[in-house]
Amino acid sequence: MATTALDQQRGHATAGHAEPTGLWSWLTTVDHKRIGILYGATAFFFFLVGGLEAILLRLQLGSANNTFLSPELYNQLFTMHGTTMIFLAIMPLSAMFFNFMIPLQIGARDVAFPRLNAFSYWVFLLGGLFLNSSFLFGAAPNQGWYGYANLTSRQYSPGMNVDFWMLGLQILGVASLAAAVNFFVTILNMRAPGMKMMRMPMFTWMSFITQILLLLAFPVITVALILLMFDRFFGTHFFVPSGGGDPLLWQHLFWIFGHPEVYILVLPAFGIVSEILPVFSRKPLFGYAAMVFSGAFIAFLGFGVWSHHMFTTGMGPIADTFFALSTMLIAVPTGVKIFNWMGTIWGGSIQYRTPIYFALGFIAMFIIGGLSGVMHSSPPADLQQNDTYFVVAHFHYVLFGGSIFALTGGAYYWWPKMFGRMLNEGLGKVHFWLMLIGFNVTFFPMHILGLNGMPRRVYTYPEGLGFETLNQIETAGSLILGFSFLVFLVNIVLTWRGPRNAPADPWNGATLEWAIPSPPQEWNFAEIPTVHGRDPLWEMKREHGGQVPEPARVSGQGIHLPNPSYWPLVSAIGLMVLMVGLMAASLVGPWGVVAGLSVLFIGVFNWAFEPAG
Amino acid sequence: MDAHAPPTAAAAHDADHPSSGVYVKIGVVLFVLTALEVGLYEFTYGGHAGPAGQTLQPFFIPVLLLLSAAKFALVAMYYMHLKQDHRLFSGVFVFPLVIATVVIVSLIVLQAYHFAFARSG
Amino acid sequence: MADHAHALEHGLETSTGLDNRKLAIWTFIGSECLFFASLISNFLVHKRTWPSGPGPFPHDAWVSPSGQHFEPIIEIPLVTLGTALLLFSSLFVVLALANAQRGNRKGLLLWLGLTLLCGFFFVGMQVYEFSHFVHKGLTLKSNLYGASFFTLTGFHGTHVTLGVIWLLTLWIEAFRGKIPPAKSLNLEIAALYWHFVDVVWIVIFPVVYLIQ
Repeated sequence: MATTALDQQRGHATAGHAEPTGLWSWLTTVDHKRIGILYGATAFFFFLVGGLEAILLRLQLGSANNTFLSPELYNQLFTMHGTTMIFLAIMPLSAMFFNFMIPLQIGARDVAFPRLNAFSYWVFLLGGLFLNSSFLFGAAPNQGWYGYANLTSRQYSPGMNVDFWMLGLQILGVASLAAAVNFFVTILNMRAPGMKMMRMPMFTWMSFITQILLLLAFPVITVALILLMFDRFFGTHFFVPSGGGDPLLWQHLFWIFGHPEVYILVLPAFGIVSEILPVFSRKPLFGYAAMVFSGAFIAFLGFGVWSHHMFTTGMGPIADTFFALSTMLIAVPTGVKIFNWMGTIWGGSIQYRTPIYFALGFIAMFIIGGLSGVMHSSPPADLQQNDTYFVVAHFHYVLFGGSIFALTGGAYYWWPKMFGRMLNEGLGKVHFWLMLIGFNVTFFPMHILGLNGMPRRVYTYPEGLGFETLNQIETAGSLILGFSFLVFLVNIVLTWRGPRNAPADPWNGATLEWAIPSPPQEWNFAEIPTVHGRDPLWEMKREHGGQVPEPARVSGQGIHLPNPSYWPLVSAIGLMVLMVGLMAASLVGPWGVVAGLSVLFIGVFNWAFEPAG
Repeated sequence: MDAHAPPTAAAAHDADHPSSGVYVKIGVVLFVLTALEVGLYEFTYGGHAGPAGQTLQPFFIPVLLLLSAAKFALVAMYYMHLKQDHRLFSGVFVFPLVIATVVIVSLIVLQAYHFAFARSG
Repeated sequence: MADHAHALEHGLETSTGLDNRKLAIWTFIGSECLFFASLISNFLVHKRTWPSGPGPFPHDAWVSPSGQHFEPIIEIPLVTLGTALLLFSSLFVVLALANAQRGNRKGLLLWLGLTLLCGFFFVGMQVYEFSHFVHKGLTLKSNLYGASFFTLTGFHGTHVTLGVIWLLTLWIEAFRGKIPPAKSLNLEIAALYWHFVDVVWIVIFPVVYLIQ
């Protein structure tokens, strides 16, 4: 049954007729656009879960000495909120755009390794489910997203909470690394003729730099998690002081990964904003080369600043000075980017559509977050601000005010391309204003609370410290913020029920994705385009006297497409069984691990010997 | 990073790969360098250590690291063909290698400071 | 259009002119540099901190403060043999590749077979070494030297084992005549991985075994 369905699809794919439909076609898909949509849907679901967790946290903090959440549940929720938002929401939301947009922007029919791409998605999905299944056991991770030793040792965390976290992150790391190799090669190797590196759209450029960061940062967290696993499962003492180990080493390894991770979260957002601003200002991006090099410089410096997360550990004056200076230096290329964005809209004929609202909101919010970041790059100031709500305010201004604003703007911008439907403009603007107001009401007072000494990660606070009013305001703000995403959901549902109304190029776009029908056909480009400049579609329009005709949907006869395959899914399931087996080793012995390894090997072998098409 | 080479460069490079004789010569050099490593160890710290060997001790680590780096470079350049292949491959390998070295050195320095001052009180 | 895909697979139509898979394995190797760098850092940081068990110098016999006698842990002759095996396997696999590119199936099978033997014996050497060390009282749990030693060399050994499985698959393919010169890239990619595992050992050998 399974094979016949697959054979049918193969027949379809090679003959180039109707797109395959049905559940099986999604489980076996290797189409980067479908995988992008899968990434987006899954990540948005996890984003809502993480948002719900945040609202529960805010309800608890709404009044002094509150007992709405128990301390234990509070710990689980703030840990899962951070872990979910970073690994299951922002990263995969960026991955949605990597998947859908990079091949379109560089003029390719698919990524370099379509089946590896499917594997990345399935591993991500199963890893996310694994991590969240901990709630079913009442044992969600409860040690913070940074997992500081020795909170994570068996002695202080005897339950399964930390096991879920460390194995879950390990699984997600596999997905990220596989995807990073794939997109690195795709961007270098799959560009259309004439698409030189210095002609690539800025989103593709920033994504390219992000892949380099992923490739170099994730192995370090992989090792840190392996060492933690040995500590917890096999009785080593890497991070256990009583055995001679040193908790500080965890912090170093974690932040060698963790700081580049910050740029992994925000560089794609820089890229999205750099796509939106020129299109809605009707001007090419200002300072293209400066944008590329400042992005690369930010990423490079990102490897030399990790210890600014550790000023309070007492690293000595030399290390403190070095890491303070390198951190302050990052403000320079970031400033270059901000001035270039302003240069882009300067004197442009700005079209006030929803995407540019989010892009402008991004710039304003990101500047605030960047400035508070420069404040705690100074060790003496950091000693005061560390572990307070000031830091919570800072990183929400860069991750929500930065990444989420840009990603939401990207969703409005590329929605017509992905689904062939225009999101409602009015609801979009309501979403923006509610989000901007809710965000600032929630997070701005945290600066003040933090400087007044309110510590983070503590489930409540006593009366009489003057924390009550601002906390109440923040909780109200978080409800506005939650409501703004309800508006977005309504917008999505209404659009879904409406007709397919999006033309190929609704915004007068500059890049190649707007040169093909919305949504694109399976093969993206009926004919691979040849590129002559940085804004290929604008140049094409100039040659045609302002407009190009709406591209026709073609039969795709004779266009070669990769075969669908279920082996990536089987391999991902094998990896999953392996991790569950590790976790259940005390119950089932080595058999879970053996079963997982067997399925993984069967999956990989069949994958390797299956004709790619 | 853009196509430094025409599209057929990859195929052309394959033909440029050195002959088997070169590979064997490199293998002999690798073997000799390894013998030097072990010999150096034997005469400074190992079973044949004498007074003469002890004077070598200050040079032991730097010389050993140099020998190791030489072996590393020979394998990467000749057996992994980085010498003839496209420069991009070298970049994709050497850049992470530099970051990796910096990570090792800085972790040792930071932890050495930590052990020497912070942990000893 | 099928020709187009075929050409793509062989790197003739990529933007850089380089094969996708070869670029991918190099990218992966670059990423692995950071993996082993982290493990090596962990070993170097923990080398000298062990409150109990064998030590302080794994090269010498030692009596602990509590009066326990320990034999020297590390055996240089054994590990030198392993090092030589891995070095020769690198030479053999590059000769196998040269034969594959020339279409000499017999030469390919011979050199690849010798590579496999070397890899197999290296893993055997490591299994023997590990069990021997455990016998002398050095385990994952005994102290941080043991923990970081076994983690670093163990993950290297895992890489060698995966390489042996990969090369064995290719040997069987070659035996069935399925690696003509046009497909020698399949072997080249595996060989690059194999050489990388070798250069990691080139670092581990002096850093872990020779330097005290």
